[in-house]
Amino acid sequence: MRTPIAFFLVVSALLFTIGTVGVLVRRNALVIFMSIELQLNAVNLTLIAFSRQLGEVNGQVLAFFSMVVAAAEVVVGLAIIVAIFRRRVSANVDDINLLRW
Amino acid sequence: MDLIVFWIMAPVSVGAAVLMLLQRNAVYAALFLVLNQFTLAVFFVLLDAHFLAAVQVIVYAGAIMVLFLFVIMFLGVDRREALVEPIRGQRGLAIGLGLLLAAGVVLAIGLGIGLARAPGPAPGGDNIEAVARVLFTDYVFPFELTSILLIIAAVAAMVLARRKARGLPDLADEAPAGREPERVP
Repeated sequence: MRTPIAFFLVVSALLFTIGTVGVLVRRNALVIFMSIELQLNAVNLTLIAFSRQLGEVNGQVLAFFSMVVAAAEVVVGLAIIVAIFRRRVSANVDDINLLRW
Repeated sequence: MDLIVFWIMAPVSVGAAVLMLLQRNAVYAALFLVLNQFTLAVFFVLLDAHFLAAVQVIVYAGAIMVLFLFVIMFLGVDRREALVEPIRGQRGLAIGLGLLLAAGVVLAIGLGIGLARAPGPAPGGDNIEAVARVLFTDYVFPFELTSILLIIAAVAAMVLARRKARGLPDLADEAPAGREPERVP
């Protein structure tokens, strides 16, 4: 028997919520980034679940594009974290409260 | 069979995500995220998205998490995260609002379950072939745009993470770029 799509959607909702709480609770910029990745993955799971439900692959292509964008975002974000770390030796987001320094 | 795999993988997936949140050490958090992404790849296989399952393992669990671990090691792993709350009650409020969000989304899924309960028609043929056909016909222009995006991201990363950035005022007290070879007598 096939798994109903709703199960995947519930797992995806839980993962997205955990990612949201992670972004709000954690102070380490890297862990906040990982939480954002978790949210993106949860959304990808939703896209693929609906794609399966509708019996077409457009949702999978959209998930593929979101993976590409996530990869680019991780590269730039980690470079920004490294650049900030070079200036002020900290990966704590509370220390970075000015737009210029 | 499908349901058994799902019920094994779903608690692993959610548990790995929760443990990622609770870890004080960023390396363990990254490893739990890798576990979570492997379970997501299993979900993709269950949903007949074989191509994306492979991409998930190679790109996410492989490349992106290696990048994360590289930066964690680069910045130093033994830094302790500050436990002070800059906003009073932020942690409790965040968890409470998170539970509210989860309840809301699950409720929305429950209300729309009539749509989701119907078993989807089995996709005919090869998944990879179907994805490739759509990707290279309907979505060929966005596909080319992503290559530009990736090039921009790579150049941006190099510019941002370069050691001696030019044009930034408070680097003036350091030696300007390109001075080092002149010091050799």
